[in-house]
Amino acid sequence: MATKDFTTEDPRIDPLTGELRVIAPGQSFRSVTAKIADIVLTPHTSLGWLMLLSIGGSGATLLLVAVTWLFLKGVGIWAITQPVAWGFAIINFVWWIGIGHAGTLISAILLLFKQGWRNSINRFAEAMTIFAVVCAGIFPLIHVGRPWLAYWLFPYPNTMNVWPQFRSPLLWDVFAVSTYATISVVFWYVGLVPDFGTMRDRAKSKFGQYIYGMLSLGWRGSVRHWMRYETASLLLAGLATPLVLSVHTVISFDFAVAILPGWHTTIFPPYFVAGAVYSGFAMVLTLAIPLRKFYHLEGLVTDRHIDNMGKVMLATGGIVAYGYGMEVFMSWYSASHWEFFMMWNRMFGPIGWSYWVLIACNIAIPLTTLWVRKWRTNLVFMFIMSLIVNTGMWFERFVIVVTSLYRDFLPSSWGTYRATKWDYMTYAGTFGLFLTLFLLFIRFVPMIPMHEIKMMLPTAKVKPEAVEAGD
Amino acid sequence: MAVPREGIYGLLAEFETPTALVHAAKAAHDAGWRRLDCYAPYPLEEAAEVIGFHRNRVPLLTLVGGLMGLCAMFSLETWISTLAYPLNIAGRPTYSWPAFVVPAYEWTILFAGLSAAFGMLALNGLPSLYHPLFNAPNFRSSATVDKFFLCLEATDPKFDRAESRAFLEGFQPNSVVEVEY
Repeated sequence: MATKDFTTEDPRIDPLTGELRVIAPGQSFRSVTAKIADIVLTPHTSLGWLMLLSIGGSGATLLLVAVTWLFLKGVGIWAITQPVAWGFAIINFVWWIGIGHAGTLISAILLLFKQGWRNSINRFAEAMTIFAVVCAGIFPLIHVGRPWLAYWLFPYPNTMNVWPQFRSPLLWDVFAVSTYATISVVFWYVGLVPDFGTMRDRAKSKFGQYIYGMLSLGWRGSVRHWMRYETASLLLAGLATPLVLSVHTVISFDFAVAILPGWHTTIFPPYFVAGAVYSGFAMVLTLAIPLRKFYHLEGLVTDRHIDNMGKVMLATGGIVAYGYGMEVFMSWYSASHWEFFMMWNRMFGPIGWSYWVLIACNIAIPLTTLWVRKWRTNLVFMFIMSLIVNTGMWFERFVIVVTSLYRDFLPSSWGTYRATKWDYMTYAGTFGLFLTLFLLFIRFVPMIPMHEIKMMLPTAKVKPEAVEAGD
Repeated sequence: MAVPREGIYGLLAEFETPTALVHAAKAAHDAGWRRLDCYAPYPLEEAAEVIGFHRNRVPLLTLVGGLMGLCAMFSLETWISTLAYPLNIAGRPTYSWPAFVVPAYEWTILFAGLSAAFGMLALNGLPSLYHPLFNAPNFRSSATVDKFFLCLEATDPKFDRAESRAFLEGFQPNSVVEVEY
């Protein structure tokens, strides 16, 4: 079918495997280092970067304004009330955390499966994870009502003699998300240490040498260090894999443990995890496609990466579609009047349009088109697709939260949900914060792991017979 | 056998390819050198193997850390829920251990991950603000970029300025330099 468009003369195809190449031919250790390090070490800051930073900074300022007003007035400025007591805050929390999951998947799970193609994209995917968790973490903290007392969530000895309640999924969330944030930062930093060493050795300015020297912790590339380093990376990957699966599982428990039609379902954990990966890969594409263009990284982030990410989205999108199908089936098969009404109301009630936006963005459009390799390697198509999927995934959380709540058991207590300008400002503001953090990352930190790319070059292999014979 | 001289860390040979480094390192290890190290811009497992570095203690530290996290959180939850602050939550027993599994699981991973990362750094002797190898200009400019280094350290009983230099030059390195402390 579509594969016949790629003949073996195509330079993008590796003749040995018939797959698209992971790294374009003709790269050397020095060229890879120069390409990646010089993006950061150049004294010239591009105008485009400054313009984007001003947009991101404006967004972050908007967040600051919205949160300041919230702290002054309380959560009443949001649209949350009875019966919809959980609104944008939880929707955005779940959405941002989900986006983060692709970073961990790429850095940890694909490492364990020895998927070499991940090496080009894992650093900025991990950065995306950390910044997404930062944006996500803001929402529950500002939703607690008195955010200056948010530390009450943790078990610590206090004069009130009060301790947390460990049977609540909301408390499990505190441990899941705080562990996830910590391990993501540690994993990311450990991955950066040798590259900071390279930056230290290439930096021209005293200041750069000093800062990167401190950050590199004195890394000197001893093979004994490298072996311990590889063991630690592998162990961190092995630990991050069950962690990432548990984080979205615990988040789904926030819903699934409640006995509410639309929430109380056992399909939630796998379907939340798959949805998280789906939206996360979409976000990686949203970031990777412009990045490789602006920084001319087509030799390192190749069509193979875009193609493979499309395949992962296809697979996880399929799992998500199964989840939606199962929800509908169970609302009928459960023979519960309330379940059935919830599903009917979700599809055809006053906010029913949101359900169809979700179906269109997450199933109808991506799962019909992503099968074609020619489209999966079309950058414009994939960029638009990534935006569509993330819109769909936001609506998925909106549908789960709002349409399960707004018409509850007693018709006399039915209501609706209409987000206020403060809801929108807070949400838009987190985009600004995310963009700001990401721009600072690509300006000051090598966005592609140099040592992992070097391992993949043909010159990196030791020739055993030459070792014996004496080269 | 010469006594290591004051002021010299070792002799540093620079190689162009990983194969040349592994060949030289293997020959040095076979000749009885033990205080030596290889330096590469990426993990070079073969070089670690030939200088006799086969296993490390990072996995053990990780296991111990993980078990500590597990025990710490599970006992904290049990103590809080049964003794310090017992609450009746929908009639469940105060010691409702299945609910305690989730935070205990998270802390197992948290402690194991922190032990792996900080244990690796500690075993490597990092962070270190100074190392004599950085006094060699070619090491500074290319050890983390594209060159491969073998360092015979002066603390090895076999070390001799002239003989060791001749030994290293037998492998056709790009250069051999003395590294000052």
